[in-house]
Amino acid sequence: MDESITLHVDGRKRSLTVDTRTTLLDALRERLGVTAPKKGCDHGQCGSCTVLLDGRRATTCLTLAVAHDGAEVVTADGLAEGDSLHPVQRAFLDHDGLQCGYCTPGQVCSAVGMLAEAAAGWPSHVTRDGAGRVELTDEEIRERMSGNLCRCGAYPNIVAAIREVAR
Amino acid sequence: MNPFEYRRAMDATAAVALVTEHPGAAFLAGGTNLVDHLKLGVARPDLLVDVSRLPLDTISSLPDGRVRVGAAVRNSDLAADPLIRRRYPMLSAALLAGASGQLRNLATTGGNLLQRTRCVYFQDVTTPCNKREPGSGCSALEGYNRGHAILGASEQCVAVHPSDLAVALTALEAEVQVLGPAGERTIPIGELYRLPGDAPERDTVLSHGDLITAVDLPELPMAACSAYRKVRDRASYAFALVSVAAAVDVADGVIRDVRIAFGGVAHRPWRATRAEQLLRGEPATETAFAAAAHAELAPARPLAHNAFKVPLAASTLVATLRGLTEEGR
Repeated sequence: MDESITLHVDGRKRSLTVDTRTTLLDALRERLGVTAPKKGCDHGQCGSCTVLLDGRRATTCLTLAVAHDGAEVVTADGLAEGDSLHPVQRAFLDHDGLQCGYCTPGQVCSAVGMLAEAAAGWPSHVTRDGAGRVELTDEEIRERMSGNLCRCGAYPNIVAAIREVAR
Repeated sequence: MNPFEYRRAMDATAAVALVTEHPGAAFLAGGTNLVDHLKLGVARPDLLVDVSRLPLDTISSLPDGRVRVGAAVRNSDLAADPLIRRRYPMLSAALLAGASGQLRNLATTGGNLLQRTRCVYFQDVTTPCNKREPGSGCSALEGYNRGHAILGASEQCVAVHPSDLAVALTALEAEVQVLGPAGERTIPIGELYRLPGDAPERDTVLSHGDLITAVDLPELPMAACSAYRKVRDRASYAFALVSVAAAVDVADGVIRDVRIAFGGVAHRPWRATRAEQLLRGEPATETAFAAAAHAELAPARPLAHNAFKVPLAASTLVATLRGLTEEGR
């Protein structure tokens, strides 16, 4: 069964008709040609499909496109301003935070979302008691990024990249 | 995936009416469990009624001191809420111990409570499972049952409930507000979940068309001294082998009151009433904690691969209470 929806993807308004069964990830990749978010596990376990959905990081494989009519989606493609990379993208390059690169667009979007969450004072599983400012220690970064897997094992450099931006 | 119609509900009453009149309909909220089940063939609805945009997304203090959490409040917002962190720290901790950042941003309070077991056989449609297909048999009973129940299981089903949030809410004695075909009703969370018995396909006492609209947290001062401790196979982003939610009120080294619930051990969050009874009035010592844990777990009947859960649950309870009572001194 088909439904018409409009998405705002990386600053562009995109209207399309989707089968109701289409995930947001498949709508982006297969229908709109936006291939920055990657299909890894397709079950919400690897994080490679992460985008910023209405300003928050979200896995796009476990949500239906039809449920997000009118939503604003920012993928790793949309983070850069023209030729000028987003600071998180720049840091991933500077710290060699990738090997094959397949998980990278999801890692970068997740890191951008996570930095905003920490700046807003959101606690994590490893945050010691007490409200207020969150200090992004390596332990905090690892916990907050646990929804993004990297099978090449670039974790130490991913943590270093995020640590630099957090400073 | 089977074809289905999608409808976005504009108000809760209309959503309930729509699902009630369609036997094959299901509510859709954050989708993090249901969409997975659509892909796996575990769920095959022909109509999805999206309730994620209903105006049920606020956390509010009620005049009588309770706190009402709307069913559409996202897990991340609930965990970060200053009032929740101050008055019910175990609730925030339980949420933060579950899933990942990007999933907590999608998942809702109501959806979290109604997520289904992660038993591998339940999620694998090629294997028998009484919960998914009543009467087909239980593959876990003689199969890979390391993560399964040690308390309250039946010959029909040995699955455990996966929610961390539900464990904390059980210790808190939260009340679940439900809107159904016959109107509103309140269900104490201790009565929401079922043991499997001979109907493991029913996780809860809810019927088709019942929609959780809110969860009410009691005014419980001792909940300010509470914790959630979760033991899992990796440091983050995994379901519990065993978890404990506990709140204590200690004065002069004596336990005046205590609330305890286990996760990862049964088909529902396991309220440890026996341990609570034994601990009230006792000195807050490790000996007393261990005796209470031992008594609570005495009826445990482990399976071939999960005997480790019995001592693990006991030591997790002792460690949780030790942490809380040392803090309080």
